Amino acid sequence: MKSTNPFALWRWEKLLGEWQMFGEGFLRTIEVAALALILALVLGIIFGVISTSNNKIMRGISRVYVEFFQNTPLVIQIFFMYNGLAIAGLRLSVFTIGVLGVGIYHGAYVSEVVKTGITSIPVGQVEAAKSQGFTYIQYMRYIILPQTIKIILPPLTNQAVNLIKNTSVLAMISGFDLMYVADSWASYSLDYGPAYVLAGLLYFSLCFPLATWARKYEERLKLNDIARMPFDPSEEAVTC
Amino acid sequence: MLDVFTNVFTPSNVKFMAKGMALTLTLSVSIVFFSIIFGTILALLRTYEKRFFGKLAGFYIEIFRNTPLLLWVLVCCFMIPYGTIVIRGGLALTLYTSAVLAEIVRGGLNSVADGQFEAAKSQGFTLIQTLMYIVLPQCFRSIIPSLLSQIITTVKDTSFLQVVAIPEYTRSGFVVMGRYTNTVEVFMIFTVLAAGYFVICFSLSCVVRSYQKRTEIVR
Repeated sequence: MKSTNPFALWRWEKLLGEWQMFGEGFLRTIEVAALALILALVLGIIFGVISTSNNKIMRGISRVYVEFFQNTPLVIQIFFMYNGLAIAGLRLSVFTIGVLGVGIYHGAYVSEVVKTGITSIPVGQVEAAKSQGFTYIQYMRYIILPQTIKIILPPLTNQAVNLIKNTSVLAMISGFDLMYVADSWASYSLDYGPAYVLAGLLYFSLCFPLATWARKYEERLKLNDIARMPFDPSEEAVTC
Repeated sequence: MLDVFTNVFTPSNVKFMAKGMALTLTLSVSIVFFSIIFGTILALLRTYEKRFFGKLAGFYIEIFRNTPLLLWVLVCCFMIPYGTIVIRGGLALTLYTSAVLAEIVRGGLNSVADGQFEAAKSQGFTLIQTLMYIVLPQCFRSIIPSLLSQIITTVKDTSFLQVVAIPEYTRSGFVVMGRYTNTVEVFMIFTVLAAGYFVICFSLSCVVRSYQKRTEIVR
């Protein structure tokens, strides 16, 4: 007689027999997350930089992008690509939908992070760069963006964690990611307990190191800034 | 175009989607309410209680912050034998949002100076009184912007509940959509869905921005 406990040992044994399925789902999640992250970073940097430009139209475009994607649910955006575009005649694979959907959605958040980073750099830096004949692209590339990295790295990492978690919406459109595999295995074998625990552990193993690193880095950054404060002017004088 | 419009927005469809919107709003408000209470308790424990309960709160926060919301929606809706599906779905969101809010509140608590505790103690305040009247008001004042943006995220997150067929706004929209095959009609329903969330979230984000601007001038 098998135990009916949802976490009974035999359920775990059955699950481990199917580890390959979970491995494939896990890989799929990592692939989608990695590509979506690259897309989000590219979009985020482009729109973040645009949003600080002097051109009103450029700022407007960036604003519309950020507001639209930040203020509507990812679920609706994903389903629009899956159902809406399909009805209109444009059929995308679920993998493409995952990368595009999650990437574009988080691009809006990354753009806000980049914008905050750029505005935190003193205006004097831009003026100094301009006086030395740097063009807009050049001073952004060589002067401003490198300086923002230190400030935006922690919030950016938190966005990466959210991005990884949000790839799970692919399960709603049968995207064969980790969440989908766990859910379909659970409803097929009725072993809800082990399937969800395993999926949770796998997501945790991706997100926890990133989130912890971001927190530690931010704490260290704050301590450094406080410790270095009195010496800052002299330090600058030396490097100049 | 006009006949497409009247075709989609029949009185019964409008009524159905309005009901969905009402459920989304009810869910959002109650989730935010309970999450703020639970999240604050977690944050207080993690900041000021360094032994067993503090560790437990930290454990809880890290578990829920580093696993997807969808997982908790499925766990709560399929594995808890009590309550209706709406309550179980709401519970999943509350558990998840509490962990996120706890970290936000913790950031606020860290910004409250240590001297405040000593000052309160010297005036004869008990611990609970110190927290209620001195520490938490200062803490919440400093975290209002991030609190509001998390509320926006929570409103959007209620759309995850459509996966377990809870008839909130997204689900009701998808149900209506199932009856139409014409591209224009389907796009129109998507537009109405997105617009519904956009109006709520955008007005909230305007509040965030105006608050940030106001406090900037004060500094």
